[in-house]
Amino acid sequence: MSIWEFANPRNFMRISGRMLPWFAALAVLTLATGLIWGFFFTPDDYKQGATVKILFIHVPAAMMAINAWIMMLVTSLIWVIRRHHVSALAARAAAPAGLTFTLIALVTGALWGQPMWNTWWEWDPRLTSFLILCLFYLGYIALWSAIEDPEAAADLTGILCIVGSVFAVLSRYAVKFWNQGLHQDSTILKVGEEDPLDVAYYVPLVISIVGFVFFFIVIVLLRTRMLIRARRLIALEARERVG
Amino acid sequence: MIALLLRDLTLAFRAGGGFGLGLAFFLLVAVLVPLGVGPESGILAIIAPGILWVGALLASLLSLDRIFALDHEDGSLDLLATAPLPLEGVVAIKALAHWLVTGLALTLVAPLLAVLLNLPAAGYPWLLLSLAVGTPALSVIGAFGATLTIGLRRGGLLLSLLVLPLYVPTLVFGAEVARRGAAGMALATPLALLAAITAGSLALLPFAAAAAIRVNLR
Amino acid sequence: MPDLGNYAFAVLAAWGATLVLMGFLLALTLVQARRARYALALAEERIAARVQPKAAEGA
Repeated sequence: MSIWEFANPRNFMRISGRMLPWFAALAVLTLATGLIWGFFFTPDDYKQGATVKILFIHVPAAMMAINAWIMMLVTSLIWVIRRHHVSALAARAAAPAGLTFTLIALVTGALWGQPMWNTWWEWDPRLTSFLILCLFYLGYIALWSAIEDPEAAADLTGILCIVGSVFAVLSRYAVKFWNQGLHQDSTILKVGEEDPLDVAYYVPLVISIVGFVFFFIVIVLLRTRMLIRARRLIALEARERVG
Repeated sequence: MIALLLRDLTLAFRAGGGFGLGLAFFLLVAVLVPLGVGPESGILAIIAPGILWVGALLASLLSLDRIFALDHEDGSLDLLATAPLPLEGVVAIKALAHWLVTGLALTLVAPLLAVLLNLPAAGYPWLLLSLAVGTPALSVIGAFGATLTIGLRRGGLLLSLLVLPLYVPTLVFGAEVARRGAAGMALATPLALLAAITAGSLALLPFAAAAAIRVNLR
Repeated sequence: MPDLGNYAFAVLAAWGATLVLMGFLLALTLVQARRARYALALAEERIAARVQPKAAEGA
C-alpha cells in the first residue's frame, strides 16, 4: 500500500473511514491514561511543586505544534511536486490543529512562567519562536480561506508553506541570537525540559505525547474527510449548473 | 529588462505611485514615537535603531501590494508573462524597482530621522549600512508575498499577515547591527547574517514568486 | 484531587485552557464534518432525483 492509493479520494474516504474509529479509540485511551496519570498520580517536584503537572500538556502541545508544521511541509511538498490532491487537503486540515497546539503551548507556558519566572511573558527565544510560529499558522489559514479557486489555493499555500518553513527556521535562530544579545549575563531558569526527568514523570509524559499524536491524527483525518466532501460538493454544484 | 525597470520607476514617481507615501510614513513613525514614549533623550537613544528599523519595515510594507496588483488589473502582467523575459527576471526587476523607490530612499533619509531620535554619533554609519544591506531583502520577500495575493481584491491586509512573519529574521539582524553599532559593540556576526539573508532571498525567492505568478495566471 | 498547594491557580488554569482549546477544536471539526456530510448528501439526493425522472422518460 503506497500513499498514491490515497490520491484517489474515494480510496482515501473508504480506508480513512474504516481506520477512524480505531484511531479515535486509541486517542481516547492514551490521552485519558496519560493525562489522568499525569494529573492525579505524579508527585510534586521538589523545586517546582505542583506546577510540574503542566508538563504533561505543555510539552506534548509544543511538540505537536512543530510536528504539525513539519507534516504540513511534507504534504505540501508532495502536492507541489506530484499533484496529490488529498495531500494538499491534509495540509490544510492540519493547520487549525497546529494553531490550537501552538496556542495551548503559549497559554500553558505563560501560566507556568508566572509562578516560576515571576512573569507571564518573557522574550525568551522559545516563547518568541512560538509566537512567530503562531503568526505563520494564522497567515497560512488566512491565505487558504481567501483564495476561491481550490487548485490555486492549494498551490499558493503550498508555496507559502515551503518558503515559510525556511523563514521559520531562520527566525528560530535569529531569535536565539537576538535574545542572547539582549541578556548576555542573565540566565533564565530553564524549567524541566532539559533536566533528566524522573521515571515518575517520564512514563506519563510519553503516554500523553502519544495521546496528543493520536488526537492530532483523528483531527486531521476528520478535517481531511470534511474538506474532500466540501470539494466534491463544489464539483457537483458546478456540474449541476452546466448540465 | 531596463525598459521594465524604467517603466516601473516612472509609474512610481507619477501621481498615486506611492513613492512619497512610504517616506512620509517613515517620517511620521519617527515623529510619533517620541510623542508616545516621552522626550527623554536617553530612552530615545536606546530605542532609536529599533524604531528606525521597524519604521523602515512598515514603510516598505505599505507599497507592496502595488508591485503586482496594478499590473494584474490592467493585464500588463499577462503580457510580461508571455514576453521573452523569464518571469523570475520580471520579479527581480520589480523588486529592484520597489527597493529603489522605498528601501534606498528610506536608507538615505534614515540619518535625518535618527537626529530626531537622538541616535548616538557612532551609530550613523552602521544604521546606514544595515539598512542598505537589509532593505533589499525586505523588497524581495515583500514581492514574493505580493505574488501570493495577486488575485485577491482586498489582499492588502492579508499580505501584511503573510509578509510580517517572513520579515522577522531580517528585522532581528538588521536592528541588531544598528543597535550594536550605536553601542559601539562588535557587529560582524549579525552583519554577515543579515547579508546572508539578503543574498539568499535575492537568489531563491524570485523562483518561488515566479511559480506563484504562474499559478495566478493559469 | 491532588493537593496543588500554592500553584492551584496556575495548574488548573493551564489544564482548563488546554481542555477548552482541544475541546473547541474537536467540536468545531465535528460540526464542520457533519455540515459537509449533510450538504453533500443533500446535493447527491437532488442530482439523483433529477436524473431519475429523465431516465424514466427515456424508458
